[in-house]
Amino acid sequence: MPAESDMTATPSRAAAALADVPREPGAPKPDPIVIADNITRTFGGLRAVSVDHLEIQRGVITALIGPNGAGKTTFFNLLTGFDEPDTGDWSFNGTSLNKVAPHKVARMGMVRTFQLTKVLSKLTVLENMRLGATGQRGEGFLAAPFRALWSGQESANTTRARELLARFKLDAKESDFAGSLSGGQRKLLEMARALMVSPELVMLDEPMAGVNPALKQSLLGHVKSLREDGMTVLFVEHDMDMVRDISDWVVVMAQGKVIAEGPPDSIMSDQRVIDAYLGAHHDTDITQLEDVLEAEGHQALEEDGDNRE
Amino acid sequence: MEILQGAFHDAISPFALSYVLAAIGLNIHFGYTGLLNFGQAGFVAVGAYAMAVGIASFDIPFVLALLLGILAAVILALILGIPTLKLRGDYLAIVTLAAAEVLRLIFSTSFKDYFHARDGVSGFTATFRSLNPYPDTMTSFATFSRNDLWVMTVGWILVALVCVYLWLLMRSPWGRVLRSIREDEEAVRSLGKNVYWYKMQALILGGVIGAFGGFIGALGLASVQPDSFNADFTFIAFTMLILGGAARILGPVVGAVLFWGALSAIGSLLVQLASGDNPIIPPSMMSTDQASNVRFMVVGLVLMLLMIYRPQGLFGDRKEIALDAR
Repeated sequence: MPAESDMTATPSRAAAALADVPREPGAPKPDPIVIADNITRTFGGLRAVSVDHLEIQRGVITALIGPNGAGKTTFFNLLTGFDEPDTGDWSFNGTSLNKVAPHKVARMGMVRTFQLTKVLSKLTVLENMRLGATGQRGEGFLAAPFRALWSGQESANTTRARELLARFKLDAKESDFAGSLSGGQRKLLEMARALMVSPELVMLDEPMAGVNPALKQSLLGHVKSLREDGMTVLFVEHDMDMVRDISDWVVVMAQGKVIAEGPPDSIMSDQRVIDAYLGAHHDTDITQLEDVLEAEGHQALEEDGDNRE
Repeated sequence: MEILQGAFHDAISPFALSYVLAAIGLNIHFGYTGLLNFGQAGFVAVGAYAMAVGIASFDIPFVLALLLGILAAVILALILGIPTLKLRGDYLAIVTLAAAEVLRLIFSTSFKDYFHARDGVSGFTATFRSLNPYPDTMTSFATFSRNDLWVMTVGWILVALVCVYLWLLMRSPWGRVLRSIREDEEAVRSLGKNVYWYKMQALILGGVIGAFGGFIGALGLASVQPDSFNADFTFIAFTMLILGGAARILGPVVGAVLFWGALSAIGSLLVQLASGDNPIIPPSMMSTDQASNVRFMVVGLVLMLLMIYRPQGLFGDRKEIALDAR
């Protein structure tokens, strides 16, 4: 881990806290914000998630990677209350979240985004943002008809929403319907909207999927800035460049289990991870891959075919 | 001229008013929150029956009877909502449709001492009529009787008040949460809103406004009969809502008035065309007796064309309706 990163002081401090953490699955962290124990979830006969122990360090960016079907999104759903596990217990800031409804999880400061973006298409961008603010008096049925009771709060929320939109370069779009945004802009809006909740932990499910390269760079910057603002980030991603670039810690899942943990550099060179996820030929150009595999007689595929895509 | 007069009469009559209020309630359910309530007739029925039976059988004061009607609608919303609002939208549709039919059958077959089966409940209008401010000497105005006029005055003032109240509600953050639930309830949940509770509030509010429709309809007809609350009632109210434009405050009001107006005008027109010595429509095609059924066919055809060419309704915004019209 390049601890002497000279970009900002925060990442090095964040990474330094993890310097002594053993690079093994379920490693205890010095200051965990989320602790999960013995979480299992089966769909019919398939054991989608089976995590013995996992801790997420506060104030750093943790990446959750793994092949398709590894159970990453299911694990996200379980942690945020959108799905119920068969067994297990998990806590956020020391409070158990077992059987806690998703909206209460969000109010505690653990806010997620979705793999398939969920913008509210027939509301404007600004209305999408305002919806995110918590503790709105105007959302109470009795107070709602009386504008005087909530207009002050509403304009404060609007100011904050406009600041966030400006930061995410969506300010020119504020009165457009969210349904008219491009895929990448929807990802940005969803992230900005999650920030309206004032979360402590932001959970991003594939923030880069379908985002063009130019927008990717600015999204990377946004994710890093969340950490600088003191938030904890947990994200699922397939884009290895992004994982290498911004994460302080990487958790690898395969077939529902956590198979490896560690800083990105050591994870990228971990043979188990390469076998399970990246494949033995992750550096090979996709067009040449067929030739290489043919030359090897599909040997690798036969050895651990289950772990492959 | 007679046709237009008849159409005008039907379009603003107490009978139409009960549909206006039922459709406004559905607009909250379906237009704003995306809840598929196919049992609005049930809410209208419990409102009408609770008020009518309260006065006719138990002799309770008029105001208390109205409160009883509102309470009945709230309880019905809770009974229907608690088990179904956590499930997918279709389940609410099935349960509400069935519940409304169950209620209608109970009213038409059971507790005959109170509900009087198909004869219906009557004799509950005395207090309401005694409050009529129009002079006794005025027996009728235009085509309306003095009693109708009083019911209509109260009814249209009620519609106006309800519309203003809804306008205030729907421009507030509360209304924003409802519209967001219609779009994607998971997203709303992920932002810390109790979606289940908001859906319950919407179901209750729309149901109570439906019960208001029951009051007005009952006071207008001076009797409450079970068969007026069949499934057709709900579907006609849905038709009015979509005709006028869902998720618009005045959509269901305009839709209901136009629907009854058009239905009445088409009906009289068909009768005129089919009657006389040398009818334009020969009796072999349609007799005057059949005109009242054929008018529904014509209205149905008009609605089909409307849905194809203008799915957002007459006043709706194509960009903002529950039906995904792109």
